[in-house]
Amino acid sequence: MQGWGRMKALTQHTADEVWTALKQVMDPEIPVISLVDLNVIREVSVNGSDVSIRLVPTFSGCPALDMMRQNVVEKLRELGFENIDVHVDRTALWSTDELSDATREKLREFGIAPPVRKGTSLAVTLMLPVECPFCRSKETRLEGEFGATLCKQLFYCDGCRQSFERFKPL
Amino acid sequence: MKDLITYLTALADDELVLGHRDSEWTGYAPILEEDIAFSNIAQDELGHSLALYSLAEALGSPSPDAMAFERSWNQFRCCRFVQYPKGDFAYTVMRQFLFDSAEQVRMNSLASCSYDPLRDCSAKILAEEAYHLMHTQALIERLGDATEESHIRMQTAATAAFAQALGIFEEFEGEEELVKQRVIVASKTLKDEWLSTVIPILTKSSLKLPVRGTVPECVPDLGGRKGAHTEHLSHLVADLQKVYQMAPGGSW
Repeated sequence: MQGWGRMKALTQHTADEVWTALKQVMDPEIPVISLVDLNVIREVSVNGSDVSIRLVPTFSGCPALDMMRQNVVEKLRELGFENIDVHVDRTALWSTDELSDATREKLREFGIAPPVRKGTSLAVTLMLPVECPFCRSKETRLEGEFGATLCKQLFYCDGCRQSFERFKPL
Repeated sequence: MKDLITYLTALADDELVLGHRDSEWTGYAPILEEDIAFSNIAQDELGHSLALYSLAEALGSPSPDAMAFERSWNQFRCCRFVQYPKGDFAYTVMRQFLFDSAEQVRMNSLASCSYDPLRDCSAKILAEEAYHLMHTQALIERLGDATEESHIRMQTAATAAFAQALGIFEEFEGEEELVKQRVIVASKTLKDEWLSTVIPILTKSSLKLPVRGTVPECVPDLGGRKGAHTEHLSHLVADLQKVYQMAPGGSW
């Protein structure tokens, strides 16, 4: 019995290591950015073989949330944790303003125009020029405030004559 | 605690039922952009119902799934306004605009809520809702006096929806206590603020309302907060619960 206890102790991870591992768990719909990049993982606490995570949904109605949660659980199990608690916090605010420049660049490379940082008025924010992620032209227009998923909007580029999506500023 | 659960349930029921009505446009809306818009709005409203049911669950209420799929229709506490069939697209736009304006007034008022989880949740909902209101308000302003037909349809929708919308502000059971504890602002106060917000927008869009100044001159459509529902809700809930009831508690 004592031997088993010692082996377990050897496979334990610190909270920092858990954060690093979660950087490999990608967004189910935008597989170039991780859940850490997306700022949906808010707290990691480790106690021996127990781990608990606070997960914040992007949009309240995001249907990818269950998959995110499941992928986090799988990653934590891979690390050897036994008691895994992923708590979904539906009250915490999530804003695209928190996304880093590096994350914005990854979105652009993936073909999604990154969200502009929100000003005081949403109507004004939506009138700011948006750069086409493909040809970098600013001759673009909003085709619809909504898109194929809750977090995206539909645009059209007059420069390269292609539709593209922009991450909704929230 | 019981009063707060009742309140959260009523708000969540509003969102769930209206979200279901919005989802009825998926695949049927007059143009593709509106099909996408109302499918998005439906998904947002369902997300908000989930957030609000979850707050109630933390206070001892059954799980969000149980609330949506295991209650009988007369246990719902949504206002009657959200229960009516989707009607034509003019009615859908008008209902969404009147409802979302009311929601904005309510969520703004919850910024000073003494119950922290609800205060935080209202901020999240408010940020997402801003897109709905911008969309439906733009449609109202454009369709109100675009062509003769669009005007007639929007006017018909406004006449039907206005008295129904007043039902959003029917007093909740236990409301007085919640107001006293500074959890919520009284429905009457919210209604007055809502009236002074929506009347100028609709009037500017060439639509006539049954009001004198900002005082309604019509009979508000009340009853939903006490469980006196329209028959439409029974059909909607049967539809909503059909698959779940085939295998209650089944996982997918």
